[in-house]
Amino acid sequence: MIDWQAVGVSVRLAATTTAILLVVGMPIAYWLARTKSPWRPIAEAVVALPLVLPPTVLGFYLLVAMGPNGPLGSLWAGATGGRLAFSFEALLLASVLSSLPFAVQPFSVAFAAVDRSMLEVSWTLGRSGPATFLRVVVPLSVGGILTGMVLTFAHTIGEFGVVLMVGGSIPGETRTVSIAIYDRVQALDYSGASATALALLLGSFVVLALTYGLRGLTIVPWLTRR
Amino acid sequence: MAAASNSDAPTTVGVRIAAAADLRYAMEQLIDLWHLANPGVAVEPVYGSSGTFFAQISEGAPFDVYFSADIQFPRDLELKGLAESGSTQPYAIGRIVVWVPEASTIDIQARGLAALSDPAVKTVAIANPEHAPYGRAAVSALEMAGEYDAVEPKLVLGENVSQAAQFVESGNADAGIIALSIALAPALKDKGRYAIVPIDSYPRLEQGAVVLNAAGDPSAAQAFLEFVLGPEGRTVLDRFGFILPPS
Repeated sequence: MIDWQAVGVSVRLAATTTAILLVVGMPIAYWLARTKSPWRPIAEAVVALPLVLPPTVLGFYLLVAMGPNGPLGSLWAGATGGRLAFSFEALLLASVLSSLPFAVQPFSVAFAAVDRSMLEVSWTLGRSGPATFLRVVVPLSVGGILTGMVLTFAHTIGEFGVVLMVGGSIPGETRTVSIAIYDRVQALDYSGASATALALLLGSFVVLALTYGLRGLTIVPWLTRR
Repeated sequence: MAAASNSDAPTTVGVRIAAAADLRYAMEQLIDLWHLANPGVAVEPVYGSSGTFFAQISEGAPFDVYFSADIQFPRDLELKGLAESGSTQPYAIGRIVVWVPEASTIDIQARGLAALSDPAVKTVAIANPEHAPYGRAAVSALEMAGEYDAVEPKLVLGENVSQAAQFVESGNADAGIIALSIALAPALKDKGRYAIVPIDSYPRLEQGAVVLNAAGDPSAAQAFLEFVLGPEGRTVLDRFGFILPPS
């Protein structure tokens, strides 16, 4: 049988992560696309780190940071009076960080491709920076923004290592689909594992096929663009 | 099937337990019995390596009762102030077996651990001795039998003892040293043969449980622990091959 509870946790996690990275990732990406700052390579390296680091490394640092004696854990306890580690919020923070490059890089590639003369026209017509961004840059970058959102959503659904480290596999809270499948396999419940795995496989396929089909997008522009 | 508690669990959580991987099958039966008698108090189990749970609980994981495969872990939690001093209760003593799939040509019953150095055995699955008590027991038993040097290159390590069992059950390892309680589980019982490893060849797998200070409903948590320690709990644990501490 399909573990719907875990599917629910994963979908909620992926949707929230995507929403947060849309809001947080766009300004970072725009800055990366336009800046001439000497700090740019450093910022790019930081954004790309989760692509290179084993998820266990990120998970390990987060686990310690979010514990009751860690900086994030004690900050959280001060603000909310609750515990951060092994909560849905902890998982959300971890997946926002681990998905950062999947959102920021496609956003940034799209923003950088916007013709600068378009921006200058907007500025000379009296539009402010933020208004130009929202009315000119964003509409011209819709493909890249959607690509980043789909990649972020898909990557969060598929995340395993970080979740294993910081999640604790608590049903309805931090047990995501990938963790639930791992747990079913360990229980030698192969029918349970394969039902959930098949649902994940079909769901991922349908989402990707719809995205490609409806938008005619190039999902991985740096691979398909010559 | 053992998955029953996953999707049917009531949304209000009464008692959330962290249970050593060797307990999985016995615990599922215990929880079913508990729910029959106490339908209002949902018990939600998470299974894994005792050492991993120890690290997670130390970092604030929200569990109410911790059933460890090594009684030292809950005692260490007492020292850290995460459980009441002296409240850890022994609930069972675990046993290890050498397990081979039904199709294996190895006569495991006759040869025991010595069979593992046979060239026909290419890989041997055990739990990770770094943090899983059953992995430590497997390594000690191999050393005691004088087989460790021959078997060491063949070892594959599961994160916990049920992953080690999964490695050998699925045919990816030729033999495994696993918990008797898992060898007796419905999912494994008819799929292989096992030989019990002499209990004096490894340090006693004394298992202990404790109610954590952070428990949301301490009286319900304590009641579930007492249930496992009581006559019904002992009957189930005995059926899964655990040696019981004096009641």
